[in-house]
Amino acid sequence: MGTRIYLYPGWLRFWHAINALMCLVLIVSGLSMQYTDFERYILDFQLAVQLHNIAGVILSFNYFIFLFGNLFTPNGRQYFLFRRGVLKNLFTQLHYYTLGIFRKEATPFPITTENKFNPIQRTAYVLVGYVATIIVIVTGWAYLFPEIVPNTIGNVSGLLINDLIHISMGYFISIFLIIHIYFITIGNSKMKNFKSMVTGWHE
Amino acid sequence: MKTLINLSLLSLVVALLCSANIPTNDEMAVGQPSEEVIEANNLCFSCHGQKLFTYYNPELDREIKDNMCDEKIVNEEKFYLSNHRTFQCIGCHSADYESFPHPGELRFEQQYACNDCHGYDDDWAHFKFDEIEEEFMKSVHSTNHDEAFTCWMCHDPHEYHITYRNEENLLNTIAYDNGICLTCHADVNRYQLLTDKEKPNVDLQHSWLPNQQLHFTKVRCIECHAELNDNVLVAHNIRPKEEAVKKCVECHSSDSRLMASLYSHTVKTERWSGGFINGEMVTQGFVIGANRNKYLNQGSLYIFLGTLAIILIHSILRAIYIKK
Repeated sequence: MGTRIYLYPGWLRFWHAINALMCLVLIVSGLSMQYTDFERYILDFQLAVQLHNIAGVILSFNYFIFLFGNLFTPNGRQYFLFRRGVLKNLFTQLHYYTLGIFRKEATPFPITTENKFNPIQRTAYVLVGYVATIIVIVTGWAYLFPEIVPNTIGNVSGLLINDLIHISMGYFISIFLIIHIYFITIGNSKMKNFKSMVTGWHE
Repeated sequence: MKTLINLSLLSLVVALLCSANIPTNDEMAVGQPSEEVIEANNLCFSCHGQKLFTYYNPELDREIKDNMCDEKIVNEEKFYLSNHRTFQCIGCHSADYESFPHPGELRFEQQYACNDCHGYDDDWAHFKFDEIEEEFMKSVHSTNHDEAFTCWMCHDPHEYHITYRNEENLLNTIAYDNGICLTCHADVNRYQLLTDKEKPNVDLQHSWLPNQQLHFTKVRCIECHAELNDNVLVAHNIRPKEEAVKKCVECHSSDSRLMASLYSHTVKTERWSGGFINGEMVTQGFVIGANRNKYLNQGSLYIFLGTLAIILIHSILRAIYIKK
């Protein structure tokens, strides 16, 4: 039996579970609204709007758990992006994912309590967690209160600009989610990382 | 015989009034009232232009200050911005109004309907007033109220002006057009002029609508309440509330009905511009589901498929090499 380290505290797992669930609801309902039609649709438009609004509000409040958790616990240090040799480390990890992994090389950044994430993970999590999510939440709330959005920006509808930013960020998060799910299957066992996010313990 | 003579005289008077005082299309094109018209109308506006008016009563031998009832007040400022701004009052009303006190029989003065001047006339043919009238006759405004409901209920000839072709900001047009509906539907006194029914609460009736205020300011009432008709510029066949559009996808889809109503005047041959489906909408509005972007759609699909392809190749290579 390998070493067990406690990586994911309860608040983080709670936030992650709610976040994952809401992301799925938001993606399905968002796609339903964007690609709605008379004949072909995923969810009824009105239902999609309601689900999207509810899930968006839950995800927004849930985000405060992530924000304050990282602000007031040592977990926040995991997201410090600009460390010494950040670019070199990114290429080292990229090299591992593209070649080293097939040569059965050892992972260049083994998981420790100080370094839960490899450089690529850390960059992706910072971009998604601290940039894309904030943008998607702000533009999403702007849609809940559309009267605050300027009617036109330049020659284009303000709501259109808001929408383009919102769906672009939503799309970016969706692509991240697909890669994220694939990457957690990388390891000694395909289910190991899934289990870690449930129990908090990494083996 | 007497009736026939009366009718002939009436026709002659109407014809004379129309030819003498109602401007031709060329005059309409000039667009501003002449000094003559303003001077002639000033006499009427001196009493009918405001709430309080004064007149000399020879019996009492003094000036009397009196209240003008609301229905008889014409807002001078709005009149000179209206489509009929180049008209003299006596162009449409009897010249007998020039005498005061006005003769009592003028209370029964026959008022013109829109098509008395606009209908069946080649000069106005492109506006299709005749077809608009046919549409109106099928609408609930006509079928529920018979002759009591005339064009003037919505299009006050003293104030009505075309906003669609003269207004660059579509939101102003929408607000103006919706204001016409709300003149009765948000005013219990005017509403009950035509019916004894309790006036419905507009906000409450539309409480099912998400982002209600956004809908109220971005689309006109007729978008959902009138039957589409590609032949007329503005649909006039207002349907019963049971037939109002309630399916979101009627507007929120690539085949949005807004393109046949609110944006029908800007639609040319293509239903997209700048890569946006129904691109006519995106300069002043945006409708979720109706304004997808062709290029973003394609780009996002390629990125999605590319991501899946990379994952598939990576996982196959993992399966091959790591199991060795």
